[in-house]
Amino acid sequence: MTTDVTAQPTVKLVGTEVRRVEDDRLVRGQGQYADDVLRGALEMAVLRSPHAHARILDIDVSGVLDVAGVHAVYTYDDLTGAMAEPLPLLIPHAALTHGRTQYALAKDEVNHVGEAIAVVVADNRYLAEDAVARISVDYEFLTPVVGIPAARAAEHQVHADVPGNVAARLEQNVGDAEAAIATAPHRLALDLDIERSASMPMEGRGVVARWDTDARRLQVWTSTQTSTGVRAAVAAKLGLDLVQVDVITPDVGGGFGVKIMHPWPEELLVPMAARALGQPVRFTEDRREHFISSAHERAQQHHVEVGFDDEGRLLGLSVEFWHDNGAYTPYGLIVPIITSTQLLGPYKPQSYKVVFESLYTNTVIVTPYRGAGRPQGVFVMERTMDAIAAYLGLDRTVVRENNFIRPDEFPYDHGLTFQDGRALVYDSGDFPESLRKLKELVDWDGFERVRAEARAEGRKVGIGIGCYVEGTGVGPYEGAHIHVETSGKVKVAVGLTSQGQGHQTAFAQIAADELGVRFEDVEVVAGDTRRMPYGVGTFASRAAVMSGSAVALTARMVRAKALRIAAEALGASADDLEIVDGVIRVVGDPAKSIALGTVAVLSNPLRYAFDEASKAATQFSVGDPGKPPVAEDDEPGLEARDFYSPMRATFANGMHAVIVETDPDTAEIKILKYALVHDCGTIINPMIVTGQIHGGVAQGVGGALYERMAYDENGQLLNASFMDFLMPYATEVPESIEMDHLETPSPLNPLGIKGVGEAGLIPTSAAVASAIEDAEGFPITAMPISPSELFALRLAHASKGTTDEDRR
Amino acid sequence: MTEVTNEQAYEVRLRVNGVAYDVTVPARRLLSDALRHDLGLTGTHVGCEHGVCGACTVLVDGRPMRSCLMLAVSAGDYEITTVEGLTNADGSLSPVQQAFKECHGLQCGFCTPGFLTTITAGIAENPDPTREEAREMVSGNLCRCTGYQNIVEAVCVAAKLARGAEVAP
Repeated sequence: MTTDVTAQPTVKLVGTEVRRVEDDRLVRGQGQYADDVLRGALEMAVLRSPHAHARILDIDVSGVLDVAGVHAVYTYDDLTGAMAEPLPLLIPHAALTHGRTQYALAKDEVNHVGEAIAVVVADNRYLAEDAVARISVDYEFLTPVVGIPAARAAEHQVHADVPGNVAARLEQNVGDAEAAIATAPHRLALDLDIERSASMPMEGRGVVARWDTDARRLQVWTSTQTSTGVRAAVAAKLGLDLVQVDVITPDVGGGFGVKIMHPWPEELLVPMAARALGQPVRFTEDRREHFISSAHERAQQHHVEVGFDDEGRLLGLSVEFWHDNGAYTPYGLIVPIITSTQLLGPYKPQSYKVVFESLYTNTVIVTPYRGAGRPQGVFVMERTMDAIAAYLGLDRTVVRENNFIRPDEFPYDHGLTFQDGRALVYDSGDFPESLRKLKELVDWDGFERVRAEARAEGRKVGIGIGCYVEGTGVGPYEGAHIHVETSGKVKVAVGLTSQGQGHQTAFAQIAADELGVRFEDVEVVAGDTRRMPYGVGTFASRAAVMSGSAVALTARMVRAKALRIAAEALGASADDLEIVDGVIRVVGDPAKSIALGTVAVLSNPLRYAFDEASKAATQFSVGDPGKPPVAEDDEPGLEARDFYSPMRATFANGMHAVIVETDPDTAEIKILKYALVHDCGTIINPMIVTGQIHGGVAQGVGGALYERMAYDENGQLLNASFMDFLMPYATEVPESIEMDHLETPSPLNPLGIKGVGEAGLIPTSAAVASAIEDAEGFPITAMPISPSELFALRLAHASKGTTDEDRR
Repeated sequence: MTEVTNEQAYEVRLRVNGVAYDVTVPARRLLSDALRHDLGLTGTHVGCEHGVCGACTVLVDGRPMRSCLMLAVSAGDYEITTVEGLTNADGSLSPVQQAFKECHGLQCGFCTPGFLTTITAGIAENPDPTREEAREMVSGNLCRCTGYQNIVEAVCVAAKLARGAEVAP
């Protein structure tokens, strides 16, 4: 029963740069993405609407099944039961008075280019596409509504029964902002716009399903950010019991928000076809399909009125904005609610009024994309801060500092309702210290010298800043299941999914620390409903906060049980035991020890031995004959399942500064320096955190300077390819990103974690706009901005002559 | 009545990672699809289907090629190397693979195979790239996760590892 143990101090893994366990597989080409599983499955292709707005008069599928290798064709008329109902409205809200969702296959009308009308299942994708080309549809054209101005003007409607194209109107007030603005010493009004962009993961959507006719069971592999969500939707739509459906998240080639949307029509149609045909069926979208039939985000237009004092302190802030939600509202009002609340950033507005309208357009649906409404909100607030500074002739950082929530004011209650339906209460942070660090990092105070030097060389440079606060780790909950096998190996399962964030590594670090086992002995599975049927999903920078906390809590339960069993076996008190490298031993007497695997054996009283170790747990070997083998309040096995469900979100924060150079002739915009300070509380793995921020900044730069969805007035997306939608290559991102960390642990969870997944891109457009404005001397009020747009702005300002009035 | 389209199929011998495979494919079958679906070599990923993202890059006689822009029937005369073929003979990671792991040069891993093949060819041609040359080397491949910082670093580390490996007996 005793094991020889070399006494060594346990090194804590949380906080260290552990190399990722995911990588060995991935660099060998052994990843398993949705298109890689179930080789030989039949393939589905989708007939998508080529028109933005039309009535469907007739669909002719005759001739489709004549093509050799084609097995099935489905249109709306083939859908029955719940499949024939509209897709779920995932997040209802009282203000969403006119919520609309699409059908899995279009019924009677189409509302955006790319909407699914029919599907064909064939031996392979080539044949399926051939067959799709044989389907003919008669349309009656309707006038498309494209862009926020057209939606607001409402000369035409997207949905005949939605007057004014208004899906929702929501207003929140803290104090009387309008009165405060009216009586403020200074007032400004601004109009600020952000265009459409999208998550654009390198792997598009993909789903494969297998119906087991013998077990009457459906298995679905889907490239998703929520396996539990897909499972519930598939079961409900196909009329299956939940226990008949397994959803397994394979490797996911990036998500960035778009894959939290579910169920996609294809996520239902593929399982439906697999069951009907009794054969595995796959759908892997191509890039054009991803552009025109997944989801976009960002497009909003804002009007700001602000009143402030001589120091630039806000007295009243009133924001009205219009959110383009695309053709349907399956994800509710999450994005505009986030804008309306997170706009406030690290500042105290004193009084605040915000009202938004969520508007229908005949374009792809809008669901959260990394940042999820925050880049817009931060852009609005930071542009306002810069405008106030310019008006008063103050340094931009001074105005910000004058409005900061102070470190001794936490928890800080804004008096608003956040996206999770909970109060918007910041838990911790130190904004003045963050700003001090950032100014030092970018040498803010020394910039005028840099500007003068550049000017002497005939170059134009500018510096900009953007500050944000991000509510991360929203509820309702996440859970973990941890099982210690008799080999001593530790199997961890979490309900949410992973798409590149290194969850298998980070959660193993937490489990290894909490349990006192070797990192190598821990294996983490994410997003497999067979292993953990309860979970919510990977969004809102919540995985580390939610699942990380759940893993810690569950590991503590397992540890307590292990110590209890070991104490009995060793005749010691549980309080005197420690676990080191998977061995439980008496503190100060390491000779008295027992391996965790042996404890796992003892935890499960056996009738039948299956190996040498398990003999120790059989009925003639252990147990008090006077007691039941498993106590009334106990259960067999060294395992536990626990959940973390916080009262509300925890708020991470950060500040970015950027120096840009704008070419005097071509208006080319080049980032010379990018620096940031961020605070995500306790850091589990600094290498992963840094990587998340690098990636975020690159996406932020894309959003600021390159990426936009170019719709024409007919609702055609003109740049639906990687050739035309300009995502940054290595040559477009800053050569280095200078970073400083601040750790103000969250008091809301056991490890003090705050989320970081979205941090890198939230203030990027704001900071870049600030820098371009600083370089050019005229206001930048719309992002993204291209060299030709900057050139046009120069011409416009040169022709009318820029005065201070332009900034007001 | 079923129309038999009778798409003409061609026999082609593909030599991939030192192994010969006889496949029968229609003329329009992309090399990327043949590798993935006919040979089951799913390490090669398809991100855009038109040669822009670089995820599907394989080595054709040692030179990086977008396998979504090449037809399988035209690949018979070449020695093809996919990500699965980059590891050393003893199964250990190649310098580029090792460098990506060390430098956290990947997150979701979907674009990674295309980077690995591209850089393998790149450092064969330029064994000691400057940071600027390293950036240039990967400037035709898209990654949405990493912001490229660690990928550029990995190019430099891989070159260093490869040079070390070459001087070793």
